[in-house]
Amino acid sequence: MHFDWAFFQQLLFHPPSAFIQGAERTIYLAVIAQALGVGLGLWLALCRRSRHLPLRVFASGYIWLIRGTPLLVQAVIIYDGSAALGLYSFHSLTIGGLSVPGVVQAGIVTLAINEGAYMAEIMRAAIDSVDKGQTEAAESLGMRRRQAMRHVVLPQAMRVVIPPLGNEFNNMLKVTSLLSVIGLQELFLAAQDYNSTTFRTFEIFLVAAIYYILMTTVWSFIQSAIERRLESRGGDVVGHVSLRQRLFGGGALIPGEQMRGAR
Amino acid sequence: MTRSADAPQSPPGRTAEPSGDQFAVQGIGIHKWFRSTHVLDDVSFEVRNGEVVVIIGPSGSGKTTLLRCVNHLERIDRGRLLVNGHLIGYRQKANGDLADESEAEIARQRQEIGFVFQQFNLFPHLTAMENVALAPVRVRKVAKAEAMAESRQLLARVGIEDKCDAYPRQLSGGQQQRVAIARALAMKPKLMLFDEPTSALDPEMVGEVLEVMRELAEDGMTMVVVSHEMGFARGVGDRVIMMDQGHVIETGRPDELLDSPGHERTRAFLSKVLH
Repeated sequence: MHFDWAFFQQLLFHPPSAFIQGAERTIYLAVIAQALGVGLGLWLALCRRSRHLPLRVFASGYIWLIRGTPLLVQAVIIYDGSAALGLYSFHSLTIGGLSVPGVVQAGIVTLAINEGAYMAEIMRAAIDSVDKGQTEAAESLGMRRRQAMRHVVLPQAMRVVIPPLGNEFNNMLKVTSLLSVIGLQELFLAAQDYNSTTFRTFEIFLVAAIYYILMTTVWSFIQSAIERRLESRGGDVVGHVSLRQRLFGGGALIPGEQMRGAR
Repeated sequence: MTRSADAPQSPPGRTAEPSGDQFAVQGIGIHKWFRSTHVLDDVSFEVRNGEVVVIIGPSGSGKTTLLRCVNHLERIDRGRLLVNGHLIGYRQKANGDLADESEAEIARQRQEIGFVFQQFNLFPHLTAMENVALAPVRVRKVAKAEAMAESRQLLARVGIEDKCDAYPRQLSGGQQQRVAIARALAMKPKLMLFDEPTSALDPEMVGEVLEVMRELAEDGMTMVVVSHEMGFARGVGDRVIMMDQGHVIETGRPDELLDSPGHERTRAFLSKVLH
């Protein structure tokens, strides 16, 4: 078989609607799951610093469990496993006139739960990076611990979080493809379905790859713009990574971008 | 341990009169350990209302730790520490033992005690004016516009009204420390604690900070200052406390203690600092 240029070009520039919908889904899954993951991660990081032992144990156990198991397994347990056991079945929901299929809900929940564990570690590192003198200064002014955290420590920690958070989102865009295992029609599964009727495997997945790299590259530009904007607003973004490094490597991506291949 | 029994004389120009037995701070037999190191060993001292007390001593003598105990940034292991007549950080149980005070109450107690840090510890994500206004808005629930107006006045008082919108990193060390003093004053404290406020400054900026502190003293503020600035101790201080190895070695009027120290260790320390 030869490389079918005409097929490739047709698919790249005039993709079938299933492809477009898959790509759209990939983006909104990633955005929603990342947002939920950030919130969950922050809460877990605060739990780990809590005075209450049960909260600390819960957060540590959660992080241990989620980071110690593959996302694929988590997805199958959450969607198929819990339904099979009769624990919970994801049904279509209509939210604001928009019908959200059960499998999409399960996908978002899975990604958010998974991301929360990784974000918790990033948040913890960021909170720890804020000088202890900041908390002391806030408390010496009569602020309570919670107020000092909210008004003094977290705003500074968030600047440290921005670079690794961007890397997490880049990763999230790609990781959505794993949800094909529960039958979620995102970009990867759309490509697979198309392949099963045309058998143009190389061309089809080359197009899918191009779509993914378009998404992650556009995101890299957005992230650089966000970091530049924060810097111009009187703050130093700690661990800032240049766009060149972000795209082609060579930068110190702290602390989020660890070896993620096996995730 | 020698202690001058007579009430300190107010330098001319002081408006507040030290009022007899009314102590702003009273420490009785304070002990503190860091692991096996006995950093405060049976320390007793008091600060009267309106008084400026300067704590001197070699590094590691426990003076900074003692100051941090006064607003409960450090816990004490034994003894009693009262601020304005109330135990700080602890409450007395019926059987006389001490229990930890609630977090809310400790926070409330700290509102009345300003603290100025050696390293300034300004909030880097806020402008000078926001630094000063943050606690009044969040803790005292003052309206933002009102807090900002007060903040501007305080920054004018410490001589940097033109830096209201600057971020800490855009300010010199001396300016940062003056913002930090304004920030502490914004909570209208009855007592101000200074932990080596000029030690992190370039020499040419020491004067501007000491000048602000001198004015504050003239306005009658009760102050406890840990410092190596003997000129300040002599010119502004009502009393000097000399510490070494966790003990109060001696205390007295600045001219007496600095010119004719009663203790060999004070003499040795002063000869190193003054020459």
